[in-house]
Amino acid sequence: MKNVKLLSTQHMVFLGLALGALLLAPSMLKTYGLYLLSLWLVYVIAAMGLNLTVGYAGLKSLCHAGFMGVGAYTVAIMMKAGISFWIASPVAIVICFVLGLAIGFPALRVQLHYLGFATLGFNLLLVLFFRNEEWLTGGTFGIQNIKRPGFFGMTLESNTSFYFLVLAVTIVFGVLLALLLRSPWGRAFAALRDNPIRAESTGVNITAYTLMSFAIGAAYAGIAGALFAPLVNFIEPAPFGISNSLLFLMMVVIGGSGRFYGPVLGAAIALLLPEYLRFLKDWYLAVFGFTAVAMMIWLPGGLLSMKEAWQLSQAKRAAKQKQIAEAAASAGVKGAAA
Amino acid sequence: MSILSVHDIKKSYGAIQAVGGVSFEVEPGEILGVIGPNGSGKTTLFNSILGQIKPDTGRVEFEGKDISGGSPLELSRLGIGRTFQNLQVFGKLSLRDNLILAAQEHTGTFWGRMFAPPDNGLADRAQEMLDLFRLNHVADLPAGSLSYGQQKLVDIAMAFMPKPRLVLLDEPCAGVNPSLVDGLRELLVELNRKQGGSFVVIEHNMDFIMKLCHRVVCMVEGKVLAVGKPEEIQGNRAVLEAYLGN
Repeated sequence: MKNVKLLSTQHMVFLGLALGALLLAPSMLKTYGLYLLSLWLVYVIAAMGLNLTVGYAGLKSLCHAGFMGVGAYTVAIMMKAGISFWIASPVAIVICFVLGLAIGFPALRVQLHYLGFATLGFNLLLVLFFRNEEWLTGGTFGIQNIKRPGFFGMTLESNTSFYFLVLAVTIVFGVLLALLLRSPWGRAFAALRDNPIRAESTGVNITAYTLMSFAIGAAYAGIAGALFAPLVNFIEPAPFGISNSLLFLMMVVIGGSGRFYGPVLGAAIALLLPEYLRFLKDWYLAVFGFTAVAMMIWLPGGLLSMKEAWQLSQAKRAAKQKQIAEAAASAGVKGAAA
Repeated sequence: MSILSVHDIKKSYGAIQAVGGVSFEVEPGEILGVIGPNGSGKTTLFNSILGQIKPDTGRVEFEGKDISGGSPLELSRLGIGRTFQNLQVFGKLSLRDNLILAAQEHTGTFWGRMFAPPDNGLADRAQEMLDLFRLNHVADLPAGSLSYGQQKLVDIAMAFMPKPRLVLLDEPCAGVNPSLVDGLRELLVELNRKQGGSFVVIEHNMDFIMKLCHRVVCMVEGKVLAVGKPEEIQGNRAVLEAYLGN
C-alpha cells in the first residue's frame, strides 16, 4: 500500500483548535451552557450514526430517536437495578445494534419513502412500548434520578466531569466512524448509495452492507441514549418520538448528508439556533422552521456544500457569459457579412 | 471444457418472446461476438445469463458448474465480470476509487475488510488499469464529472479490475467517439492477451466486432440465426438479409 497521509496539516490544525476550544469550554460556560454543550455532543454521536445510514449508505431512516430511547432506557433500567453504567452502556449498544439489524431487513425489500414509513412505524412502536410497559419503563412518568457514573473511584457527578466523559466518548466514536469510512467498507457504503445494481455486479454484498449500515447507525444512537439518560437524570417517552427522529434527520441534512462533519454542524444548528432565537418569543419556532426551509432551497447539499454550491454557481455564470459573448460575436460577423 | 455454456435460454414478456431458445458455448480465451438488429434479444440474453433477470427456461454453465438463477453477486464472486449498455459508474467516487471498489470485495473477508487499509491492497492494480486505459490524468476526479467516453472506459476498466475469467461487454462502443473505437478494440485485444479470460461482446459496430472477435453469433427475433468465424458471418446471406432486408 502507498503511504497515504491520514489527515492534511490544515485539517489537523482545525481539529487541534476545535479540541482546544472544547477542552477550555467548561471554564467559560455556566451550568446551562455546559448542559447544552454536553447535549450537543450526545446529539452529534446520534447524528453521526444516522449520517452513516442516510448520508453514506443512502437509506431512509426515521426511527433514530427510537434507537436512542432504547439506549437510554436500557442504561436507566440497568443502573436502577444496581448494574454499573460501564456494563449497561455496552449492553445498550448491543441491543440497539441487534434492533438495527432487524429494522434493516425491510430495507432489503422496500426503498425511499416506503422505507421511511416502515422505520417511522417502528419508532411509533418503540414509543408505545416506552409508554405502555409501565412495569419496566415507568410509562409516562418515566424513570427519575438516574445517577451519573463513576470512573475508577472518581465521581462524574459534576456537570464538568460528565461533560468530559461525553467529549471523550464523542471523540472515540468519531474516530471509529472515520476509520470505518476510510476502510473498504466506506467505499462499499457509497456504492450502495450511488448505484446498488452496479455495486452488486462488482461483488458488493448489498444485503450485508444494508444491514450493517442500519445496525452500526443504531448502535451510535444507542451510545448517545446511554449518555443522554445520566446527562438529563430523568427520561420519559417524549424525547424519543417521531419529532426527534425528524430532528436528527434535519441535523444530518442541514449539516451535509454524507459529509463527515455534517452532523457536527447540523446538531449545533438544530440545538443551538432555537436557543439563540428565543428572544423572538412565540415566533422563534416559525423563524427556525423558515430558516430550515430556506437552507434546503438554496443549499440542498447542506451547509458544508456551500463552497461547492458557490463554485457551481460561478461556473454556470461563466458559461452563460461565454454563451452571450459567442452569440454577440456571431451576430456581429453576420451583420458585417450583410 | 467450455468456460460458458448456454443451453436453450427462453424469456418472454407476455405474448412477446424476447429470447426463444438460444444455445452457444464460449471456449477459454475466446472472444465471442453477439450481433443482431435492435430487439433481437441480445441484452435480454445477457441479463438472463448474468442473473439480472430470470429466464423462463434454460441452463447456464460456467466452467461446467450450473450457475442458472445465480445472483449478480454470486456470479461476480465466481469470476464473471460485466459492463452495462448504459453508464453505470459510481459518480461521486473518484475514478481510482471506482476501480478499487470493482475489485475490493474479491479480496479478503467481509469482516476483514472492515479493518483493511483503504485501498485493500489494490492501489497498484488500479494504477496498472489507469495506465492501460490512459486515464491517469483524471484518476482522482469524481467519475461522474468525466466525459461519456471516459466513463465508458471506466466501466470497462472496472469489469477487468478483479481479473475475471469471463467478461460480458454490452455495447462497449455505444456513445464512444468513432476515432476512439480502434483504440478500444486494441485495448480489449491486449487485455485478452495479457490477462487471459474469455469475452462475450454485444455490439452494433460491425467493423469493431469483425476485427475483434474469434467467432460471432448472429441473433434475429430472439433466436440464433448463424454462428461462425467473422468472415463466415460477413458472407452469410441470411445474416445480410436480416440486417439489410430482402
